[in-house]
Amino acid sequence: MLAGFIEALFLQSGYNAALVAIGAGLLGIAAGAGGTFLFLRKRALVSDAVAHATLPGIGLAFIIMVLLGGDGRNLTGLLIGSAITAAIGLYLIDWIVRRTRLAEDAAIGAILSVFFGLGIVILTVIQTMNRGRQAGLESFLLGSTAGMLFQDAVIIAAGGALAVTLVIVLRRPMTTVAFDPDYAAASGLNVRALDLAMMGLVMAVTVIGLKVVGLILIVAMLIIPAVTARFWTDRTERVVIIAGVLGGVAGYIGAALSASAPALPTGPIIVLVSFAIFTVSLLFAPHRGVLAALLTHRRFQVRVHHRQGLLALARNEPIHDPMTLEVLRREGLIRKDRVATDAGKAQAAKALRDEKRWEIARQIHQDEAVSDRYDGLTPIEDVLTRDEIDDIDRRIGPPVVVESAG
Amino acid sequence: MSNAFVQLSLTPILIGILASIACALPGNFLILRRQALIGDAISHVVLPGIVVAFLITGTVTSIPMLLGAAGAAIIAIILIEAIKRLGRIEPGAAMGVVFTAMFAGGVLLLEQSDTSGVHLDVEHALMGNLESLIWFQAEGWHSLIDPAALAALPVELVRIAVVCAFVLTLTVLFWRPLKLSTFDEGFASAVGIPTGLLSFGLIVMAAVAAVAAFDAVGSIIVIAMFICPPAAARLMTNRLEHQILWSVAFATLSAVFGYVFAGYGPLWFGADNAVSAAGMIATVSGAILALACLFGPHRTRLGMPKGVDE
Repeated sequence: MLAGFIEALFLQSGYNAALVAIGAGLLGIAAGAGGTFLFLRKRALVSDAVAHATLPGIGLAFIIMVLLGGDGRNLTGLLIGSAITAAIGLYLIDWIVRRTRLAEDAAIGAILSVFFGLGIVILTVIQTMNRGRQAGLESFLLGSTAGMLFQDAVIIAAGGALAVTLVIVLRRPMTTVAFDPDYAAASGLNVRALDLAMMGLVMAVTVIGLKVVGLILIVAMLIIPAVTARFWTDRTERVVIIAGVLGGVAGYIGAALSASAPALPTGPIIVLVSFAIFTVSLLFAPHRGVLAALLTHRRFQVRVHHRQGLLALARNEPIHDPMTLEVLRREGLIRKDRVATDAGKAQAAKALRDEKRWEIARQIHQDEAVSDRYDGLTPIEDVLTRDEIDDIDRRIGPPVVVESAG
Repeated sequence: MSNAFVQLSLTPILIGILASIACALPGNFLILRRQALIGDAISHVVLPGIVVAFLITGTVTSIPMLLGAAGAAIIAIILIEAIKRLGRIEPGAAMGVVFTAMFAGGVLLLEQSDTSGVHLDVEHALMGNLESLIWFQAEGWHSLIDPAALAALPVELVRIAVVCAFVLTLTVLFWRPLKLSTFDEGFASAVGIPTGLLSFGLIVMAAVAAVAAFDAVGSIIVIAMFICPPAAARLMTNRLEHQILWSVAFATLSAVFGYVFAGYGPLWFGADNAVSAAGMIATVSGAILALACLFGPHRTRLGMPKGVDE
């Protein structure tokens, strides 16, 4: 299996598998980057409705192609059909939100379930048709790359490349719109047209992805990389790039894994690879990850206990909190019997003086710029100038020596 | 004719109606709370739940399946909440991450395990098997008072009836706090209602309804019934009491007409095979919503210009 995976990873396991892997990688890039715009516009789940709304189109396209005497399984025809009903679904969501008082989530859910239900009805109609028994349209639900025709693989690879090109061409205006639509409108961009282009991109990704990941899971390729990328940066343009890269990696590795052994369906594997990257990012990303947040919290806690402990020493108050004692002891500020060391006494005097200076400072400067920066932790030297502190010190009087509490 | 109706169609129609109502009731509150897509998320994660239950117990009996599905729904809710808070991600995207990943896991497990001997596949999970829930022992309307025949009612009917009654009872019992916290969460918590707990309870209730309905009718109906009847009802009235009644009526209509169209509709067009009842019920509920969007007396937002085309 591992050998098979490595073979597939380096495009050694057959021409079709290689094309599918490249196609899935390109699709992943386009989906990741395109989905970012959607995510930043807070419309991530619109893509779920678009994906489900493709099903009636697939069925109807099959029926029409059969009625016209064709094969019915022509991928291009099926994809055109799916794009048409997806566009209708998208338009209806927009219409419901604009013209009725229903919220967007209700509109999304309604379109998603009704179009999907209609699609299932059409699929059961097809099953009763003479030509429909071998239609295999169910493969569009979960995607299937096993036994894919060469020309289908070409369509997917070419479509993926096209979608990536579209992302590259439109990335700047779309980033502006996603970040701040009002600013974008004021600076002369046509927000409505760009929103349409964004939806067009999402639709293109969905339709191309139908055969690879299937309509139920394609939404994951649009959402997960964008959410993941958000953990790594706060800058919009970088989110787009990182999401594209992550999506591409997940698509490529997923397709390769799936080609390496039987019973590894492409769509779910791609989604799970993507989810694994997400989980790692959620836990370990710098700044926004869970681990980083825990560390930041821990550092803050230590600062608070350090400061409060010093103030207690300075005021000769007994310390009971075990964490405060631990912090002070570790820094050599108190001895094991809780008596302050010389360093502890010095720092305690300094902390008390700082606190006193703050008290005066907040009486003098009642404006928010100074008073708001008082959090009981920030040394006053960080906020006020030397002259201002000297002025405060004159009001307090000379320093006093702290006696240990014993 | 009437014999065949009681035997073949009565129980599926009843199951359809009860499942639709059980989902539509919590749906009313979910719609008003802008949580409509919770139903979508829950119905996706039911699949990994039942697959895991099957792998553990090795059977497809109902109770482990229901427990597995309910467990998966609760895990999903907790995961969504965790991702939302830990990563400061908007709810829609957090939901999208969780339910797709769990669904993908379910499909993978299903492909990897040997389920050839049992009736367990993705299409069944989506479409249910409403048409097959027939009342084999029934010989006519008089069977309704025949204890022997009644004992042989499909177990799905009994189960969904219990769940529907359960959901209805909870809705009535918690009516006032539910209503208050839905419309004004701040006020509700100020008068001492535990809004967080209530909100979680509502989602669990929705999950229970979804899981029970899913067992009989598949996830398409579940998603459609959570959203379409309450959304249509919302456009009919400004009073929550009336909205609930409308939604129950719409859910019932969808189930009855959906089943009839699916079973008999193709005959009218000269075809001789029925189409998917689950799909048709969802389609009918969509048609009702479309009518409500076009003609519902309270379809527009307050202050929105009437009859102005943009």
